[in-house]
Amino acid sequence: MSAEDLNPLHLEACEWLEKRDFANWAQDDQTAFDAWIAQSPAHRIAYLRAEAGWKRTEMLAALRAFHPDRAQPPSPARRTSWKIAAAIVVCGIAGTATYFGVKQNAPQYTAYATTIGGHKTLALADGTKIELNTDTQVRLLNGDHRKVWLDKGEAYFQVQHDAAHPFQVMAGHHKVTDLGTAFFVKRHAANTEVALVEGSARFDDTAAGDARSLTLTPGDVVIANAKTVSLSRKKPAILSAELSWRHGVLIFEQMTLSAIADELNRYNQKKLVIADSAAARVKLGGTFRTDDVQAIATAAHEVFGLKVKDQGNQFVISAAKGAGN
Amino acid sequence: MRSSDTAPAVSRADRWFVREVLPLEAQLMQFLHRNWHNQAEIADLRQETYIRVYEAALKQPPEKAREFVFTTARNLIIDRVRRARVIPIDAAADLEFVEVAADAPGPDQVVQARDELRRMRDALDQLQPRHREAIVLGRIEGLSRRDVAQRMGITELTAAQYLKLGIAALTEILSLAPEKKQ
Repeated sequence: MSAEDLNPLHLEACEWLEKRDFANWAQDDQTAFDAWIAQSPAHRIAYLRAEAGWKRTEMLAALRAFHPDRAQPPSPARRTSWKIAAAIVVCGIAGTATYFGVKQNAPQYTAYATTIGGHKTLALADGTKIELNTDTQVRLLNGDHRKVWLDKGEAYFQVQHDAAHPFQVMAGHHKVTDLGTAFFVKRHAANTEVALVEGSARFDDTAAGDARSLTLTPGDVVIANAKTVSLSRKKPAILSAELSWRHGVLIFEQMTLSAIADELNRYNQKKLVIADSAAARVKLGGTFRTDDVQAIATAAHEVFGLKVKDQGNQFVISAAKGAGN
Repeated sequence: MRSSDTAPAVSRADRWFVREVLPLEAQLMQFLHRNWHNQAEIADLRQETYIRVYEAALKQPPEKAREFVFTTARNLIIDRVRRARVIPIDAAADLEFVEVAADAPGPDQVVQARDELRRMRDALDQLQPRHREAIVLGRIEGLSRRDVAQRMGITELTAAQYLKLGIAALTEILSLAPEKKQ
């Protein structure tokens, strides 16, 4: 949307909002503002409208509310159905676009990796994109970028389909072959998870042969280990929430604190440690920045009354009631 | 609203307007787009609808906000069609849709954080890069205009401009984002 498309009155209203929220608001400003509002109902309405829209964006940056200097006491109603709104980091999203050509006499593979908390996008010459999540490594065959090994971690693939040269992802004993596709593959310690977001793909267990070959449709999720392959389905909204790391956030829907800790710990050096089962069972939902361990610790303390101990390299969370930190 | 001298009727109308009318905006815009051929006048029609609705609310907030808003918009369109020398066939024909729109279920009051996040992300993506940068620094990182300017290596005046345009574009885009439940 360019500035020319914007209604002049809306722009005026936004100018007041900008001044109010980002600069010093003096008595003179208030007087001028009151006069402007009084000039016409159109002004008042433009302002009410802009303010309401702007307030909506506040909700998305609400993690700030959990910084100590801006903390607000949670109301009792929030304890039961509580959502932490999102703060998102747009700057971090873009990632690095890398072009790699074929080198003469180069090693057979080239590896690309992210460290804990990292996020990188590889743009292949054919238009295929690979987004690496935290602590992830992929290897590409030199000279043939249609074959990728996911050594660890999680990656999202948006594949430029080419029927003559199918794109393949190898994850341990498992192989995903694109048939025109966007999907993600996650490697856990013992198993591989593949979720198809768009298009179609084939999943193969290379150790078992054709017996475990599956053709996936969007929403299909395969979880496979050395012995078994299971297939389930997830709604598009859920899959998209699981891919929110691509935008620097994690979305949890009423997940237990222990599951949230496991997930967040993938992204951060500073870990969340859940000390007892009562704390582990606490459920919460919301959207969190992947790098904001503090937000969970603060929420656990302020909203759920859990005890949080900051030990430098980790937060220890327990259910012991009391003064807390 | 910060006005210190707001009379009770005004603040009542303000509250009603923000609570009952503004959430209908995405639907109202859809309705106007469907029923008015000249897209350049849509924002105008919306504003005029709002003013009429608001002025009615100053006397007494209507009980059924949705019906009142759509009926007002419909009457405005009919007025304009009548005033126009050349009546656009499609505009006149589509006026039947008014009732349909008024009966449509309202936007879900409880919008999942997830959906809201997606909308926000999409909206941010549509901003011009410098405006987006200013908004991210100002809104998400909570910096002041001065700090935004410093961080971006621009003057405060330019920062104010970027922030203003960012706010304006963001709120405009969000207002068009239909608040649909998954």
